[in-house]
Amino acid sequence: MKSGALLAVVAAGTLVAGCAATAAEKETASASDNAVSDDRGSGKGAFPSTYQAYPSAPTAITGVTIYDGEGSRIDNGTVFMSGGKIESVSGPDTPIPADITVVDGTGKYVTPGIIDVHSHLGDYPTPSVPAHSDGNEATSPVTPNVWAEHSVWPQDPGFSRAMANGGITSLQILPGSANLFGGRSVTLKNVPARTVQKMKFPGAPYGMKMACGENPKRVYGGRNRLPSTRMGSLALNRQTWINALDYRKKRNGAKPPKRNLGMETLVGVLDGEILVHNHCYRADELNQIIDMSKEFGYKVTAFHHAIESYKIADILAEEGICSAIWADWWGFKMEAYDAIPENAALLQQAGACVIIHSDDENQIQRLNQEAAKAQADGQAMGIEISDAQAIKWITYNPAKAMGIEGMTGSLKPGKMADVVLWNGNPLSVYSRPEKVWVDGALLFDANDPKRRPVSDFELGQPGEGDVK
Amino acid sequence: MKRFSSILIAASAVISFPAAAQTVAITGGKVVVGDGGGPIENGTVILRNGRVIAAGSNVTIPANARRIDASGKWVTPGIFAGFSRVGLVEVGAVAQTNDTRSSGSPFSAALDVQYAVNPFASPMAVNRAAGVTRAVVSPSTSKSIFGGYGAIVDLGQDERPITKARAFQFVELGETGHSRAGGSRAAAHILFRALLNEARTYARNPAAFDSDLLKASDAKALLPVINGSTRLLVHVESANDILKVLELRKDFPALKMVLVGVNEGWRVANHIAAAGTPVLASALSDLPYGFEDLAATQSNIGRMKKAGVKVGIGMINDRDAHQLRYSVQYAGNLVALNKVPRASGLTWGEAFAAITSQPAEIMGMGAQLGSLKPGRRGDVVVWTGDPLELSTQVDRVFIDGVEQSLSNRQQRLRDRYRNPTPGALPKAYDF
Repeated sequence: MKSGALLAVVAAGTLVAGCAATAAEKETASASDNAVSDDRGSGKGAFPSTYQAYPSAPTAITGVTIYDGEGSRIDNGTVFMSGGKIESVSGPDTPIPADITVVDGTGKYVTPGIIDVHSHLGDYPTPSVPAHSDGNEATSPVTPNVWAEHSVWPQDPGFSRAMANGGITSLQILPGSANLFGGRSVTLKNVPARTVQKMKFPGAPYGMKMACGENPKRVYGGRNRLPSTRMGSLALNRQTWINALDYRKKRNGAKPPKRNLGMETLVGVLDGEILVHNHCYRADELNQIIDMSKEFGYKVTAFHHAIESYKIADILAEEGICSAIWADWWGFKMEAYDAIPENAALLQQAGACVIIHSDDENQIQRLNQEAAKAQADGQAMGIEISDAQAIKWITYNPAKAMGIEGMTGSLKPGKMADVVLWNGNPLSVYSRPEKVWVDGALLFDANDPKRRPVSDFELGQPGEGDVK
Repeated sequence: MKRFSSILIAASAVISFPAAAQTVAITGGKVVVGDGGGPIENGTVILRNGRVIAAGSNVTIPANARRIDASGKWVTPGIFAGFSRVGLVEVGAVAQTNDTRSSGSPFSAALDVQYAVNPFASPMAVNRAAGVTRAVVSPSTSKSIFGGYGAIVDLGQDERPITKARAFQFVELGETGHSRAGGSRAAAHILFRALLNEARTYARNPAAFDSDLLKASDAKALLPVINGSTRLLVHVESANDILKVLELRKDFPALKMVLVGVNEGWRVANHIAAAGTPVLASALSDLPYGFEDLAATQSNIGRMKKAGVKVGIGMINDRDAHQLRYSVQYAGNLVALNKVPRASGLTWGEAFAAITSQPAEIMGMGAQLGSLKPGRRGDVVVWTGDPLELSTQVDRVFIDGVEQSLSNRQQRLRDRYRNPTPGALPKAYDF
């Protein structure tokens, strides 16, 4: 990826935030004589994260091969974590403090915790019974008012599999794709908890799910409602943004309107505080969405499932928009017909941002393998992609798209100690996580039968605590 | 290679009849026979008249043979997908191109996929290029617990995909069977027994057959199931459902059953082994997708194997029309389990057999397919490395001794967009 991609995100954010600054001043001016315009009245800070790191011991992993998440590799290295943070990442000569836990990583590999930018764990949990189907508020094509975190069931057994088999330490839970505006996403630390607030990634920005293409027009067209066509989708999208701009103007005026949950989310996007994650497959549609975002002055952070990104890899590189993609899914519907397994490699070659995502409770358990396949298919057509770069597709790049790259996603001093020790090269089919730390706390250890999460749902059921 | 491929695809457009009579010697590679053993270094594989003549070390190369140097590469039998819907679907969500189920049909057991399998469907070419050469193709069920006849197919580029028509009948007897039968397992089991008994009535006097439950065509289709001349593939997942299915042989002793899916098989592995019933199992299921899968674990196949169950990998309802190419990745993951404490995996040889000889043998085709033993059909894949490893690519594919084109839509799109910026003319002129 070009470093320019990140700059483009920041620049666009600054631009929008610039408009918002004027707006904020106005709001402050009116706040004194309008009680509902205080922070609580804006909905900011509602449902706050109550996540706290679990206890950790200062730990050094020595003699290990390190992929740092930002594209670098260190052989025979040492990762030192303390107080839940990465303390240092260095070569073999690193002095190890006394009285700390030392893990011999000889022959093993370390990566940052794996991050999935597109998951429905918790809002489409297993068992996949209708009573658990909480991912699509498919009663209206425009539902920016719903929040995925209000659907997430923390007891979904999928969270534990994602950790134990996939090394997942952070993930974004999105609403489904039935709606043009699906609602807010939530970013979670992958820790077992009684409440979703206890999983919420502290300081992570919200995302907003949007969807284009076949799904919204199928769901609503089937009911003889708007949208039944792609042009209907764009019309409803644009009208919604016009309404949002109008709401923002009024909100910043002398007489702010009554709070509107959906508008608060949309204004959050316009103000650059909420990141847009847009489900969209076809190259021509990706381009339509880009033009729409320019019309209304917001930024698309990532196109999800972007099967045809490779056809406009140059445009996506220039716009600084990530493609969150599968390695090789194809053929399940018309807009997935032109999928090619070299999508990731062609994007990488063009300098565009690549993220390998799952959208699946099974493949979230092997994003490392999906990245490896995408890397291999690139190499087969002559595009060299280093192992460290392939790991970046499932660590730093998704962290960046989720706005948490300053806190996790790579092994840099001061960042959260979200770390996976693999029993071999994670890009090999023969490797699995051996230990997983979240904020320095050891939450999975393949060698300790008790150091693995077992959800309430699985307790007392056949297979409780099994290796899975 | 690429040039060779384009010539082949041009030829395939006019439906050619490539010669299988040619003698081919693939030399110098690591040869995997597919019978459960590991690779043989510096081996040779000889193909003639569409069959394997010899495979291994110390093989004499016929003087007239076309020699293919596989030094540094691996040479194996083609992948045999143990359960699929390949060739029945072009685009999943486009109903007109999806022949897996027949919701509006009055028929059930008599439905026959041999008329639906399309050798020119894109998934045939895509999976062929990934080393899949044969597959079990099953219908899905619609209004009945019975789905109809399935087939064994090849993924070759010619117009004759059927290796064995009416190779098996397919039935749902787990959660899906519960819904198809009217809302309970009791309904599914009484329906199963009643339908088979009706078929027996049909057999006694076809001309006089008049049933409220079963059409004459469906009754006729169930006869070879009852007498065991056609296999019955039974989709079932939970431990209890498996036990109840195994008991069906008390009433129908000749049933030749193969269990499919079987996520909780490990819990009753001894019963499955004792019944001598083979299994085409999902490899990596490890979540309670439904209440029939509560104990699902990736160690399922390893544990069943240790208990003496004959088991191959199948992919029921797991992208089974498009992604048969996952077979090698799934098998590799079962090898990975050997390094995970308390998990049960397969050895490399067993894992490779689970996607070649084991499903072939389970479907009664072991003497013809699934390995490189002499006399087997010449389905051979040359790989750039370990076929189960993610970095490995397919180098050449032979089906019935005929080298196949590896070209497909995905490769053509890749080549068109190698550089996404159009040149002097739009991309549409680049073909």
